[in-house]
Amino acid sequence: MGCGVSRLDANGMAIPARLRPIFLQRLEEIKLRRQNRHLNAGSTPSKKELLLHAMDDDDNASHHQHSPRASKSVPSTPKKGDKMSKTEIYGKENGIVANIINNNNNKDDDVVAKESNSIGKGKNDPKESAIEGAKANMKDEDDDGNERMIGHEDDDAFPGSPSFRVYFKDINGEDDHIDDNGKRDAFKDAVSSDDGISPMVVIRREEDMLGIVRQRVACKANPVSSLEQGIRLIASRAFSSSAKEMTVRDALNSALDEEMSADPKVFIMGEEVGEYQGAYKITKGLLDKYGPERVVDTPITEAGFTGIGVGAAYYGLRPVIEFMTFNFSMQAIDHIINSAAKSNYMSAGQISVPIVFRGPNGAAAGVGAQHSQCYAAWYGACPGLKVLAPYSSEDARGLLKAAIRDPDPVVFLENELLYGESFPVSAEALDSSFSLPIGKAKIEREGRDVTITAFSKMVGYALQAAEILAKEGISAEVINLRSIRPLDRSTINASVRKTNRLVTLEEGFPQHGVGAEICASVVEESFEYLDAPVERIAGADVPMPYAANLERLAVPQVLISSCPYINYFVF
Amino acid sequence: MVFRRFESARAGEAEEAVTYSTSDDDDEIYDAENKAIDFPGGRVAFTPQIKFISESPDKRIPCYRVLDDDGYPIAGSTYEQVDKETAVKMYKSMVTLQIMDTIFYEAQRQGRISFYLTSMGEEAINIATAAALSFDDIILPQYREPGILLWRGFTLQEFANQCFGTKDDYGKGRQMPIHYGSKQHNFFTISSPIATQLPQAAGVAYSLKMDNKEACVVAFTGDGGTSEGDFHAGMNFAAVMEAPVLFICRNNGWAISTPVSEQFRSDGVVVKGQAYGIRSIRVDGNDTLAVYSAIRAAREMVIREQKPVLVEALTYRVGHHSTSDDSTKYRPLDEIEHWKTARSPLARFRKWVQRNGWWNDEGETELRGSIRKQLLNAIQVAEKTEKPSLEDLFTDVYDNLPLNLHEQEKSLRETIKRHQKDFPSDVPV
Repeated sequence: MGCGVSRLDANGMAIPARLRPIFLQRLEEIKLRRQNRHLNAGSTPSKKELLLHAMDDDDNASHHQHSPRASKSVPSTPKKGDKMSKTEIYGKENGIVANIINNNNNKDDDVVAKESNSIGKGKNDPKESAIEGAKANMKDEDDDGNERMIGHEDDDAFPGSPSFRVYFKDINGEDDHIDDNGKRDAFKDAVSSDDGISPMVVIRREEDMLGIVRQRVACKANPVSSLEQGIRLIASRAFSSSAKEMTVRDALNSALDEEMSADPKVFIMGEEVGEYQGAYKITKGLLDKYGPERVVDTPITEAGFTGIGVGAAYYGLRPVIEFMTFNFSMQAIDHIINSAAKSNYMSAGQISVPIVFRGPNGAAAGVGAQHSQCYAAWYGACPGLKVLAPYSSEDARGLLKAAIRDPDPVVFLENELLYGESFPVSAEALDSSFSLPIGKAKIEREGRDVTITAFSKMVGYALQAAEILAKEGISAEVINLRSIRPLDRSTINASVRKTNRLVTLEEGFPQHGVGAEICASVVEESFEYLDAPVERIAGADVPMPYAANLERLAVPQVLISSCPYINYFVF
Repeated sequence: MVFRRFESARAGEAEEAVTYSTSDDDDEIYDAENKAIDFPGGRVAFTPQIKFISESPDKRIPCYRVLDDDGYPIAGSTYEQVDKETAVKMYKSMVTLQIMDTIFYEAQRQGRISFYLTSMGEEAINIATAAALSFDDIILPQYREPGILLWRGFTLQEFANQCFGTKDDYGKGRQMPIHYGSKQHNFFTISSPIATQLPQAAGVAYSLKMDNKEACVVAFTGDGGTSEGDFHAGMNFAAVMEAPVLFICRNNGWAISTPVSEQFRSDGVVVKGQAYGIRSIRVDGNDTLAVYSAIRAAREMVIREQKPVLVEALTYRVGHHSTSDDSTKYRPLDEIEHWKTARSPLARFRKWVQRNGWWNDEGETELRGSIRKQLLNAIQVAEKTEKPSLEDLFTDVYDNLPLNLHEQEKSLRETIKRHQKDFPSDVPV
């Protein structure tokens, strides 16, 4: 399974046998300590009961779950033997929505619960009608009427960020006040009233169904080719700061545009960046604005155009080299590592290489093994390079600008599935001189109980998970790494020293991954502060399969389950 | 620069100079031999006869040569005249290069440096090319072109500094021997992976075009390097982007132990030029004057027309590939001897220079003695000079020293303080 949650052994414990005695003892100590802290903070005693249940129970998976939506204040105590009563159902990929509702069909998906007589009772089910409505709104063309590349049919169709709604939510979990004609309430009722719903639900990477409903009503999709057009005003959002929203695509496009106009040495090179407006439309409009000398369409040779870019950088230009995906950068990796990364050092500063390599990294949807690998760990291992991984639009803008201005070679890892996601941007981020510091992580969500580190798309997952944990009374701190190299070890360590627990989250392969480095760093520097072994969540150690069900299993997913591990964390 | 891609697919608007035999009134005349049709890429005449282009031409592309084996100018040869000063300087540089190679090679054999790579047999290519170029021309070498640095004023001491990795090395001791680099001499630091410099040269040229200087980029490779993917990418790109790059291929017959017959099946490297739309010439690489003239002419073309040109210089690698190689294992000794003595570029050029009355035997002995002394001195000085200090371990990884390296350096210094006596005394802190 792609999720890194440890398997349960016969006793329902999720720790290696040899560590169990020590673990249990530590657990007792920590329990006492935490007891006092939590009591003082006014949390409920019911959580301890929860824990006791968990420790005694063999089949602990499904008994302690309760719906995050059940109540906002004190979670009710589930009794042993109760079936799952409430669950939150999140959306699913287009076309497969029905499957998760009708659990019967998901035989291959061991993540989905055993209760198969649960959800999706019939056509008149309000949930289903909402889903149907959402599906009807999906289309294959963008607003210009251009047909999309296969796999990009829903780019721009959903201006919101459905699966990352958590990002928009108030930290306390209050819902947005958007008028969606009561669909949402209807859905909520349907969910709350349903009994015997499976406790384990998989949140898909794609649309959050609720999000679709909300976004459809509130936003209009606009064609985006420049900063001005890219900003979507959503007046009804209850945010205190600027009400502007921007997709990651527009953020990158605007950053490139501004940097190219500010410095005539900046130029873009890559396959399809010019006439085609960019394989993912990131460079849309730039050829028309800056001409073919500065937006260079290249023949299909990554080794070639990377080499040319490095040579141009040697002589003083500032190229931005686009790889259609970073998987293809392997054909040019010698130029990236042996020439770009090492030249400044080997020439003792005589040759500097102010180049940016950018492109989508990591898994997309249904593209198979050769298009889905995450290269953060590979490039992050190499001295001489700087490696950045933005998440939100603000990250994308700020970090890309910083990368272009940086005199060192920068590998800029974007994510294809994030391109269409919208995020709010502050007024300061829209300024053309905006940039974010390289090497500083961002604490997306403050917490007390566990630190979750993530980068790129996984930040959204971490935030979702944090939301879910919050309903259980676990306050998770989510760190958006932003920069893989240099890694912001001080922020990570400070956070772990505060929370005493660490979960690292990444999409790439587990061995020698980013999580491994973070774990080593934390163990080296904050060992005494750790109350539990570091948990790594990574993709499965297999080449990415194509079949949708296997693909789902090969990458981390957000589960609402009472992972016993996490329950131990709650006192 | 680049015509828009979509337009180039439009029929009937051919851009290239290659002509096909069509008559003027294409549309009217129906000639069985010379009908022409439009395709993406241009108009092309077609023929009803099935005919394959031969894999090898009837005659190999001839080689441009000016002096014969005895140093006499060949009757009817056209070449650029060389005055006494240039000729003598060229000859002296060739001798210096040869002696430098011999002595540094010996130094490696004695264990004083870890590695060395000679240019024996290719002195004419090194020096004549350097003399034909201007100082502003940017060099992206492979590794057998130290003569260019020598010509441009790199001293023997500076060569020794790099080989010994002392604190005076411009590379701060970061590179293995013979990986010279000097920004002020417009000589890019040598990079070990083969042929990576070729697409990079196109990039440098692309950047250089903006400067509007009377200069071009010169990229070297060997016969082995033409098999690399980067060779294709670099040549193709330079042609498409119309980058002012002069590609010089030193076809010395051997790529470590791989002879050219196993490297490619084409007629050498010169024919590959046409495949990319690049003008090319084959020249006798052991003939100093021929190389000089050819490079002068090629450089002129590159700068004036802002297009790449390929020069294939035929020669022979007299020495081993490097100090890690023993070429007697894969080629006959008498072949090596033959090229070392009978076909030596120095001997040939010396005959011509001496015949002009510009050089004599006394000058020769005196020069050789003096160079030898200078080199031995340079080596001794370099051996005694301090190595680069500790901070050079950490600088230049990035433009500015990042925090983690700062901390590592601090931690290293603390460790050194704690274990003073265990720390090697020859490393300055």
